[in-house]
Amino acid sequence: MSTRVTINGKPHTLQSDPSTPLLYVLRGELALNGAKFGCGMGQCGACTVILDGKPVFSCVTPLSALGGRSLRTVEGLGTPDKPGRLQAAFLKHQAAQCGYCIAGMIARAQALLEQHRHPSEEQIRAWMEPNLCRCGTHYRILAAIREVAQEGLA
Amino acid sequence: MSGADLSRRAFVKGGALVLGFSLLPGAAFAEFNGMGMPPVADALLPGDLNRIPWLDAWIRIAADGKVTVCSGKVELGTGVRTALIQVALEQLELEPGAIRFIGGDTLLSPNEGFTAGSHTMADSGTALLHASAQVAALLRAGAAARWKLAPDTVLLRAGRALAPDGRSMHYGEAVAGIDLHRMAARTSPLRDPARYRLIGKSLQRLDIPAKLAGGAAYVQDLRLPGMLHARVVRPPRPGARLATAGLDAALAATGQLPGVRRVVRDGSYLAVLADGEWQAVVAMNALAAGVRWEGGAVLPAPDAIHATLQTLPSQDIEVLRRGSVPAAGTEGARSVTARYTKQYVLHGSIGPSCAVGQLVDDELTIWTHTQGVYPLRAALAELTGMPFEKVRCIHTEGSGCYGQNGADDVAADAALLARAMPGRPVRVQLMREQENMWEPFAPAMVTQVRAGLDAEGRIGYWDYELWSGSHNERPGNAGKLVPAWLLAKPIAPSPSQPMPMPEGGGDRNALPLYEIPNARVVNHFLPVTPLRTSAMRSLGAHINITAIEGTIDRLAALAGADPVRFRLDHLRGQPRARAVIERAAAMFGWKAGARARPLRGRGFGFGQYKNMMAYVAVAVEIAYDPDRRQLSILRVACAADCGQVVNPDGARNQLEGAIIQSASWTLNEALRYGPQGIASIDWASYPILRFSGVPERIEVALIDRPGQAFLGVAEAAQGPMAAALANALAEATGVRRHALPLLAV
Repeated sequence: MSTRVTINGKPHTLQSDPSTPLLYVLRGELALNGAKFGCGMGQCGACTVILDGKPVFSCVTPLSALGGRSLRTVEGLGTPDKPGRLQAAFLKHQAAQCGYCIAGMIARAQALLEQHRHPSEEQIRAWMEPNLCRCGTHYRILAAIREVAQEGLA
Repeated sequence: MSGADLSRRAFVKGGALVLGFSLLPGAAFAEFNGMGMPPVADALLPGDLNRIPWLDAWIRIAADGKVTVCSGKVELGTGVRTALIQVALEQLELEPGAIRFIGGDTLLSPNEGFTAGSHTMADSGTALLHASAQVAALLRAGAAARWKLAPDTVLLRAGRALAPDGRSMHYGEAVAGIDLHRMAARTSPLRDPARYRLIGKSLQRLDIPAKLAGGAAYVQDLRLPGMLHARVVRPPRPGARLATAGLDAALAATGQLPGVRRVVRDGSYLAVLADGEWQAVVAMNALAAGVRWEGGAVLPAPDAIHATLQTLPSQDIEVLRRGSVPAAGTEGARSVTARYTKQYVLHGSIGPSCAVGQLVDDELTIWTHTQGVYPLRAALAELTGMPFEKVRCIHTEGSGCYGQNGADDVAADAALLARAMPGRPVRVQLMREQENMWEPFAPAMVTQVRAGLDAEGRIGYWDYELWSGSHNERPGNAGKLVPAWLLAKPIAPSPSQPMPMPEGGGDRNALPLYEIPNARVVNHFLPVTPLRTSAMRSLGAHINITAIEGTIDRLAALAGADPVRFRLDHLRGQPRARAVIERAAAMFGWKAGARARPLRGRGFGFGQYKNMMAYVAVAVEIAYDPDRRQLSILRVACAADCGQVVNPDGARNQLEGAIIQSASWTLNEALRYGPQGIASIDWASYPILRFSGVPERIEVALIDRPGQAFLGVAEAAQGPMAAALANALAEATGVRRHALPLLAV
């Protein structure tokens, strides 16, 4: 049984078992690196991707939930050579240490900035609450998101 | 374990470690065990050149002029790769992008032991500074000889040697005929620090762009042709053994699951190998559900752990005795006593540990995020019974580790599983609960302090004791790796050893830097404690600096002195210590005698990491809500002196991270465990700081010292930040808490 889904703007027909968590489909069948395995329980946000504009934990979202919907990952926001607006802000603020959480951070923040062009500091912090960073890079992550919140994504 | 096994292990261990170092003196052997380093070749050579003195171990120049720089230190997410390259670019007169860098590969890079203890810039950075400067001099000399000019007339610019008349040649031509396999000299023709182009500049980190956009950045992202995915099944608690009843049926049933290529069992060691990663997870879950475990260690109750630590057999090491301290009961009126405690803490890497292994034609390659490729290689050679030189460990980044997490253990899994499927690359990643339950925790600790003022109101004496298990259970022998315990022929860990001063382990930063005429410090090292423990950022400095700085605040109050003034008055001979304290106090707007508003608190903390690395002072202001037991960090002012700053933004990033990470440890973190085992199996049962707890404002200032030595900085703020928080909470509430975490119920 196959699943049809749009990923980063391109249609895909996926062959993985529909019960497979999306994370393993992204990393396996699609060979995408952005979403990371952190906990497998939706507790850390390292696997965050954007589904129909909303951040979801790909580690607890089965492939079967995706039929016909539109999925985006950090790979769809830019490349290492041509980073997108939010990625560029993370780069400018050097908002990473080990960086394992960062793709999930960017995915979650991107969804916020698409919904609310100019979120307040309080809104940013509350929105980012589900995602964990262990290196303590939060202050820089906030600075990067704040910059885009002030100037807008476009 | 039988005596025969023990003697075999001792032989293998000796063989593994001594190979190539057959005339190792006793002291060097101990060093090798502690930090995994080869012995000192010439103590007067700068940085790690003293152990790896060959220039071509660090710098290689190809015939086409391309420059490769090698370091034994690895990128753990702190940005050291970028900083090390900056150092080499500076001295070699190269532009950014012109260096190929190899960090941590047993085939290609020098053996600098572990990347740990904020040593990278001091050890490897210093070695590269000098090696690069010496190679630059050889390049000038080589070009000058070809042109028949005096060497001091030749300039190096952007990869070319230039003659005064405009002729030029690239570095490959300049080095032709010069053998870089030569001993480094003790002194180097360093560039003038006042004219540095790149050292001191905030170059952007080289690793970040890929990490932001899904580039292959981690060992987790490695995809080799034909690679299988593996998962392990670990016992529910240490010491538990696999029951044989029903085992064969469970193994057979797992082998029938979709995609499963192999089910591995060796004693109590269990793993599955499958084509797909999720197939491996499904098979792991099925196997775990189908097997039974027997026995295992009974853990103590968390509320009894500190009393237990103080009764365990100890090696009592007096690390300081100066003058004399009063006998118990004769301390006098103006004195303080306190007992501080700390619970076990998780490293808590966001990404569970991962490794990839492949056995091809009797040669085993392991891609690993270990902190020490050479020590790991020795342990894996012992584990697999393979010759040393047939095992290659290649460092590949993982999630931040902050010390010894599951990285080495999962590398052992990769070695065992690659051997089970010769030819096929095998990627194995731990699950969240496996990482949490089996990582070596930061040790629980107890410290006791007695200190008092003299007639002039200065600190007259200081008496300090601490109790701690091991902060260094790194490999070491193969028995330091969890998988080795589970095999049918298990390998036990070699005995735990205290880490000697001046670095120290539990006693790291136990010696106050303050000028005190009478002092005694005793480290009660506990070789065996109930839980497996090892290194986590700053080791004992986290609680020791908290205890020292809390006691200093209380002594200042007894003396009627402002705590910042009191600190400065006890650091009269140490201008660099005074400078960071004065700077942090000025940034914060610290006012002597000012009283915080109700339920607000100001706190100060200071330390020089290991009393020999970076100086850090931190001032914080907090608000405390007693009804909700909630602490908000309003602002943090931090000043640091890490000598010559190589990459200022990188250093600030590390200090900011340390401030936030330490706030999380200090306020909230304690491993949950009980007689049945480890209960902190996920982020719900081990909460760490989230965005809502991040300080509203963090300011970090660096006091640059051009031309001075690089001082390690990444772990230098953990202690001062913890101390500042404890002191601020004491001011806000009027009650001083001595148990970490501070907000524990």
